[in-house]
Amino acid sequence: MSLFIQQLLNGLTIGMVYALIALGYTMVYGVIQLINFAHGDVFMVGAYLALTLIWAFAAVVTGAPFWVVLTALLLFGMAGCAVLGALIERVAYKPLRASPRLAALITSIGVSFFLQNAVMLIYGSKDQSVPEIIPHVRFEFHGVSFSLTQCVIFLTSIALMVFLTWFIQKTKLGKAMRACAENFEAANLMGISADRIIRVTFVMGSALAAVAGGLFGVYYGSINFHDGYLAGLKAFTAAVFGGIGSIPGAMVGGVLLGVLEGLGAAYLSSEWKDVFAFVILIAILLFKPSGILGENLPEKV
Amino acid sequence: MLELRHVYTRYGKVECLKGITVTVQKGEMVALLGANGAGKTTALKAISGLIHPVAGEILFHGKPISSLRPEEVVRLGISHVPEGRKIFHRLSVLENLELGAFLRRDRSGIQKDLEEIFQIFPILKKRLKQKGGTLSGGEQQMLAIGRGLMAGPSLLLLDEPSLGLAPILVTTIFKMIEAVKAKGKTILLVEQNARMALKTADRAYVMETGQMVLEGSAEQVRKNPAVQEAYLGGSG
Ligand SMILES: Nc1ncnc2c1ncn2[C@@H]1O[C@H](COP(=O)(O)OP(=O)(O)OP(=O)(O)O)[C@@H](O)[C@H]1O
Ligand SMILES: [Mg+2]
Repeated sequence: MSLFIQQLLNGLTIGMVYALIALGYTMVYGVIQLINFAHGDVFMVGAYLALTLIWAFAAVVTGAPFWVVLTALLLFGMAGCAVLGALIERVAYKPLRASPRLAALITSIGVSFFLQNAVMLIYGSKDQSVPEIIPHVRFEFHGVSFSLTQCVIFLTSIALMVFLTWFIQKTKLGKAMRACAENFEAANLMGISADRIIRVTFVMGSALAAVAGGLFGVYYGSINFHDGYLAGLKAFTAAVFGGIGSIPGAMVGGVLLGVLEGLGAAYLSSEWKDVFAFVILIAILLFKPSGILGENLPEKV
Repeated sequence: MLELRHVYTRYGKVECLKGITVTVQKGEMVALLGANGAGKTTALKAISGLIHPVAGEILFHGKPISSLRPEEVVRLGISHVPEGRKIFHRLSVLENLELGAFLRRDRSGIQKDLEEIFQIFPILKKRLKQKGGTLSGGEQQMLAIGRGLMAGPSLLLLDEPSLGLAPILVTTIFKMIEAVKAKGKTILLVEQNARMALKTADRAYVMETGQMVLEGSAEQVRKNPAVQEAYLGGSG
C-alpha cells in the first residue's frame, strides 16, 4: 500500500510538470490548430534559463532564502521563454499562417532542432547538474515520503492552473482567446486582433513551459539539451489524452499520465516507463481521438 | 455616411466585385439584394476590413477606410453581423454580448446598450447563462445582432439575418431590425428575402455577378419588372 501511495505521489509530481507543458500544446492547438513541436524545447530552454539564474545567484549572493531563489528563477525563466515564444511565433509561424498546416508543422520541427542546437552550443552537450536549492526536507508518513521539492512543484503548478483557468474564463482577453479558438473571422469582427491573441497564446504557453522546465531541473537535479524531446512528447501525449484544445483536458491528461507512468514503473517495469506514454497515445488515437475531456465538435468551416 | 466608389475585389485570380458603387446616408436602411454568389457578402467584408479591395475606395464619413484592419473599422463605428450568425457556440450568451463590446471602455455606455438590446430582444435576457450553441436558430440570430450592437456602432451591416429561419420568425426578426433602426442606427442589409427587405428598407441596390444592376428607392426597385420576375416570383 505504501508503495502504491508513494508511486502515486511521485507520479502526481511529474504529472504536474507534464500538465504545465501540455497546456502550451493545447492552447496553441486550440487557437491555430498547430501542433507546435518546438514547445518541448521551449520547456528545455526554461530549464537552462533557471539553471543560469541559479549560477548567477550563487556568484553574487550567498545565503538567500530558497524561496527567493526559486521565485527568481521561475520568473526569469518565464520572462525569457515568453519572449522566446513570441519570437518563434513571429519569425517561424506568422509568415506561414496562410499556408497549409503541414508547412507550419514541419517548421516547428525545424525550430525544435534549432533550439536544441543553440542550447548545445551555449551550454555544451553534457548533462548539467542543477545545484540543490530547495532544502532537503522530507515528510515521512507510514513509509511514504514526500519531499519539500515535490511540495513546491505541487503548489506552484496548482496555483498556475487556477490562475490560468480564471484568466481564460473570466478576463476579457481570456474570453477573446476562446472566441478566436472557435472562429477567427467572427472574433475579428468584434475588433479582436488575431495577431494579438495568437501572440498572447504563445507567450502564456511558453511561460508555463518555463515554469515546468525550472521545476523539472530542480526536481531531477540534472538537465540536458535534449530533455525537451521526451518531456515534450509526453506532454503532447497528455494533451491528446485529455483532449487536444481543451485546457482542463491538458491538466487532467498530464496528471493522469504522470500517475500511470509512476504506477507502471512500480508494478510493471521501470525500464518500460517511457513506453507507457506512447502506448497511451496510440490507444487514445485509435479509440477516442477526441480525448477524455475533448469535445466531439465538427470540423471548423 | 458610407460610400463605396468603384470597388473591385479579388479572391486569388478571380475577380468578385467588379467596380460597385454604393452610398448609405445617415439614418437610412439600405438593402443590398442579389442572387447567390452575386458578391453581397464580399461587399460587406470589404467594408469591415476582412478583405481589402484591389481598386476603388471605401469612405466612411468621408475618410478612406479600405486599408484598415477589422478592429480599426469596428472602432470607427461599423459593426458587421456576419452571414450564418457565427456566434460563439461554446461561450455563454452574456460572454458573446460582452465580446461585442471588446474594444469599448465606457462601462456605463456598455450597460446602457445592453439594456437597450434586452428591450429589443427580451429572450436574450432569459438565456444569459446558456451556451450560445444551445440557442435556437432565431435566438442565435438575435444574439448575433445583439452582439453586433454591443460595439455601439453607428452603422450596422447585416448579412442575411433571415437565412434559414421559419417564415414567422423572419417577420419577427424584421420587426426587431426596424426597432434597431428606430434607435437611430444606420443599416446596410444584405438579403435573399427581397420581399421582406424591400418592405423594410428605404432604398435598395440589386447586384448580379459582382456588378450593380439596379438602384433606387425600395418602392422603385419593388416595381421594377426584372426584380418582380427574378426576386419576387412575378406576383408583386
Ligand atoms: N473565400 C473565397 N475564396 C474564393 N472565392 C470566394 C470566396 N468567398 C466568396 N467567393 C466567391 O465570390 C463570389 C461572391 O461570393 P459572396 O459570398 O460575396 O456572394 P453572396 O452574394 O454573398 O452570395 P450568397 O447569397 O450565397 O451569400 C462567389 O462566386 C463565391 O464563390
Ligand atoms: Mg452571402
